[in-house]
Amino acid sequence: MSRALKSREALLGGAILSMVALIAIRFPQFVAPSNLVGTFNDTSPLILLALGEMAVILAKCIDLSVAANLALCGMVAAMMNTMGIPLPLIILAATALGAVVGMVNGLLVWKLDIPPIVVTLGTMTITRGAIFLISGGKWINDQQLSESFKDFPRSVVLGLPVMAWVAIVVALAFAVLIGRTPFGRSLFAVGGNPNAAIYTGINVGRTQALAFTLAGALAGLTGYLWIARYAVAYVDIANGFELDVVAACVIGGISIAGGAGSVAGAVLGALFLGVIKNALPVVGISPFWQMAISGSAILAAVAINARERRRAGRVILKTAESRA
Amino acid sequence: MSIFKKALTTAAVATALATSTATIAQAAPMRIAVVVKALGIGFFDAVHKGAEEAAQKLGNVKIIYTGPTNTTAEGQIQVINSLIAQHVDAIAISANDQDALVPVLKKAMSRGITVISFDSGVAKAGREMQLDDSSTPLIGKTLIKLAADHMPNGGEVAVLSASATATNQNAWIAAMKGDMKDYPKIKLVSVVYGDDLSDKSYREAQGLIKKYPDLKAIIAPTTVGIAAAAQAVEDDHLTGKVNVTGLGLPSQMAGHVKSGASKSFALWNPIDLGYAATMISYNLATHKAKAEPGAKIGMGRMGTVTLDKNNIGVMSDPFTFNASNVDKYAKMF
Repeated sequence: MSRALKSREALLGGAILSMVALIAIRFPQFVAPSNLVGTFNDTSPLILLALGEMAVILAKCIDLSVAANLALCGMVAAMMNTMGIPLPLIILAATALGAVVGMVNGLLVWKLDIPPIVVTLGTMTITRGAIFLISGGKWINDQQLSESFKDFPRSVVLGLPVMAWVAIVVALAFAVLIGRTPFGRSLFAVGGNPNAAIYTGINVGRTQALAFTLAGALAGLTGYLWIARYAVAYVDIANGFELDVVAACVIGGISIAGGAGSVAGAVLGALFLGVIKNALPVVGISPFWQMAISGSAILAAVAINARERRRAGRVILKTAESRA
Repeated sequence: MSIFKKALTTAAVATALATSTATIAQAAPMRIAVVVKALGIGFFDAVHKGAEEAAQKLGNVKIIYTGPTNTTAEGQIQVINSLIAQHVDAIAISANDQDALVPVLKKAMSRGITVISFDSGVAKAGREMQLDDSSTPLIGKTLIKLAADHMPNGGEVAVLSASATATNQNAWIAAMKGDMKDYPKIKLVSVVYGDDLSDKSYREAQGLIKKYPDLKAIIAPTTVGIAAAAQAVEDDHLTGKVNVTGLGLPSQMAGHVKSGASKSFALWNPIDLGYAATMISYNLATHKAKAEPGAKIGMGRMGTVTLDKNNIGVMSDPFTFNASNVDKYAKMF
């Protein structure tokens, strides 16, 4: 029990609650149930992307192309909608396309051994360029999108919009995937100590490529949700959002060096940023403070992480390790 | 061939040539080239439409609508070189680069071609005059008027801008604040910034709605912001209570006007712009007017434009779009 209270997740959860309480003092309507639902719903895309990013970061990589991937899949979804393709097919196609873009990242990291930050910086730019090429720089506006396309993430089921349910379902699925499957454990092994992972028979590159594919698929799914929600598709959709996603992971206690983190952490990290984003407009704080607050939260999270130094393993195969 | 015969043929040929050039000069229409940033852009297709309208009205004027396939200065330089070779009478250009086009346009002017820029201007040395779509004071005045037109009893309005450092938007908002003295019953409660990101603009619009329950209008002088605010108003079921207005593209806003979230909005009208640019080119090329500081140049149905000390003229107020005309323009840009 005391261990649970001391955990990073509990700390972060407490920080979010006290932040909500502070906001409520200045703007009481913020804690109205409808507003809290709205805030959670608004944070859903960030939660979805943060979960995918978490898998990648756990495996000692980073994916900066998620937001661009989201924008590409969203644009493709919007274009498919204007062609009159049925919605289930669109969602499937967007997710699949996202997975393919993620897989390209993964294969470049795995087969060509290029550092992930370089690969994904490259694919980020390529993907944005691709959106421009397929759309000709044109916007797809709300009157061009069908009602069913726009309504799906909005429709309310059991008190929550579908978009929020998607985030909840994916988070639960992730909890199982990360905690209860060989793939989940191999992510920790690869990120914690790649050399040791090789000795236990884990294919490091393949695990990383799978993590990228997973992150890409989630970005694709979120791409559809995003376009449907904001009812507009253009090249710069979600520009700079990749930084929010990485920030959510870091705040959620996912070690940027890989191998440490939890699903709850990623979700709470995203919620932390989501609460700030939704509160600042109503509390009436200058936009510049939002960046300062997010930045301070990231630094604080990294500082807390750094204090919990990982126990160093005993090196027994020094020569083999340096060769690997 | 005898010398006499030779002289006779030469004279005959010369006469024939002379008469034929004379007839050509008489019948050949004046050729005005409209050079746009790139072909295939809806906004400029509408400019073309306006130019053709002016040509029809003037009679004996041929519009050469051209431009590169992508928005580069290099592409426009090639296009202008070929126009110089064809020796058109006038070039009206919306430039991809303020300075890079100056040398080639100077060359055109030195061959007697009238050169003006419109929309996106060229540096002073490269054109006779520049026609701006609108001006900061006119945009400021339009912004507050758009909101005021639909709130006869006054009330609270808020501004949703692009980024806090966006030069254009800040100038327009400042001009708008200056004009608010004409509307004593309207109160500006807040200026927020959506950074031209649809998600942030949407959140800021929602924040305004929550924070100011009596809000009557959101004025968004930015294309991303106005669409996001309209979507937020629709999602919060406040259509009819909160009016979203500002500067937007008809193609973006047609759906939101239909839903009632936006009663009207404004932007410069590209048809008028093409029309005015053609009229001005014609008047300059036929020496009916001269581009110099203080000059007044006719623009047909658009009235006259007065040039400032840098030979820059302003066409008009932004054009207001509402339910009656938005569908027509939505097809163009």
